Amino acid sequence: MLMKNSAGAVAALRRAPEFAREVLGDIRQLSERACRRTGRDTVQIMEVCGTHTMSFAQSGLRGLLPDTVRLLSGPGCPVCVTTAADVDRTVWLAHQPGVTLTTFGDMLKVPGSTGSLADASASGADVRVVYSPADALDLAAALPDREVVFLGVGFETTAPLVAATLLRACETGVRNFSVFPLFKLVPPALRAILAGRSHQNDGFVLPGHVSAIIGLAPYSFVADEFGVPGVIAGFEPFDLLEAVRLLLNLVTEEPARIAIQYTRGVPSGGNPAALRMLAESFDPCEAVWRAVGAIAESGLAFKKHLAEFDAARKFPGMPACDAPEPKGCLCGAILMGRALPADCRHFGTTCTPETAVGPCMVSSEGACAAAYKYGFTETSRWKKFGRPRKEATAP
Amino acid sequence: MCLAIPGKILTREGQTGRVDFGGLIRQAALDLVPDAAIGDVVLVHAGFAIQKVDLSMEPEIAERLGVSC
Repeated sequence: MLMKNSAGAVAALRRAPEFAREVLGDIRQLSERACRRTGRDTVQIMEVCGTHTMSFAQSGLRGLLPDTVRLLSGPGCPVCVTTAADVDRTVWLAHQPGVTLTTFGDMLKVPGSTGSLADASASGADVRVVYSPADALDLAAALPDREVVFLGVGFETTAPLVAATLLRACETGVRNFSVFPLFKLVPPALRAILAGRSHQNDGFVLPGHVSAIIGLAPYSFVADEFGVPGVIAGFEPFDLLEAVRLLLNLVTEEPARIAIQYTRGVPSGGNPAALRMLAESFDPCEAVWRAVGAIAESGLAFKKHLAEFDAARKFPGMPACDAPEPKGCLCGAILMGRALPADCRHFGTTCTPETAVGPCMVSSEGACAAAYKYGFTETSRWKKFGRPRKEATAP
Repeated sequence: MCLAIPGKILTREGQTGRVDFGGLIRQAALDLVPDAAIGDVVLVHAGFAIQKVDLSMEPEIAERLGVSC
């Protein structure tokens, strides 16, 4: 088996070009073997995490991978999957009297149907960017006359931070603080993708920092029920090279299984303290993913004892909002791996980072933003006609 | 968005500590890593350490990432 894991990573740093050439050679060989097995022209790999999407693009690895490997970007960017209706509700919250709305910077420009938080700020709402939910709590302590609301967007990586912050709020008695919970969970989204009839994923590159919290077990259904392997990967270029090689090994292996490449940051049991805090603070609930729809048990709702910190309860009268997705926008199909950014008629014409139509372009980690910035023009027509084979270029 | 940067814990006072990110020193919340001690390398996401990093087998990665173990 062509696998070296951590020893390989060390070698990568010692002699990076040689290591990259060697791994890319392995990747080419393994992907051709996998193609012969499946009878298809490409091995389709979905990278679920937006940070991976950007790392593949920024490092140039995407262009170095052989034509027999196709990367698809999954629903792994929390900003991209926040619905226009939820953005509208957040804007409504920001406009409530006495409210200071705090958010991670990523959410500022995401358009709802009536505008973004940046627009709300421009029209007088008190919207502030924070680096951490703990900073939002500190702000609440410093502004006792204001109601500070933190916009709770993120995956399993971020939700425990909010749980810990609420615990601190309880301890310190800060009561003018609340959170609008829009958290999403990754494994239920993977199940939704796999349960879709049209999915063609041969394997998943799984998110490293979500997994630092949840560990390996929550993904086991991907392999056990659907027979699709996955590799939990780190974010350095050598991590991604190794992860793709390991995944291609698993693609041709029976039975399918989930493996960890990012061993330095992901123990198989995840972070028990964070998991305990999550379990004590939240219950899973149905959540609506932008352009994808409702997915059962894919969100987090506060448990009863934390209800006083739920901004949706603290500010009654929150509008239902039913904002339709922009016409012709393919973000939903792109997030589920059924289309590529350049398939969309808006891509690069009416939809650019400056004038984003859909969420995949507005988020800096979105599939469309990466494709636009780094010039990927590949369309999924190749799926139908098969991709031309050509010699892989060594670095 | 799930960005996490490795840094070395310099001090720990209860739930907070000072963490060295290759020369840049910032305060980080350590609520989620109750057993992390001074000298440990942790992944910090949005101001909170979310996991201890095991770099014992990978000193060259530690060097590349700007932390020493």
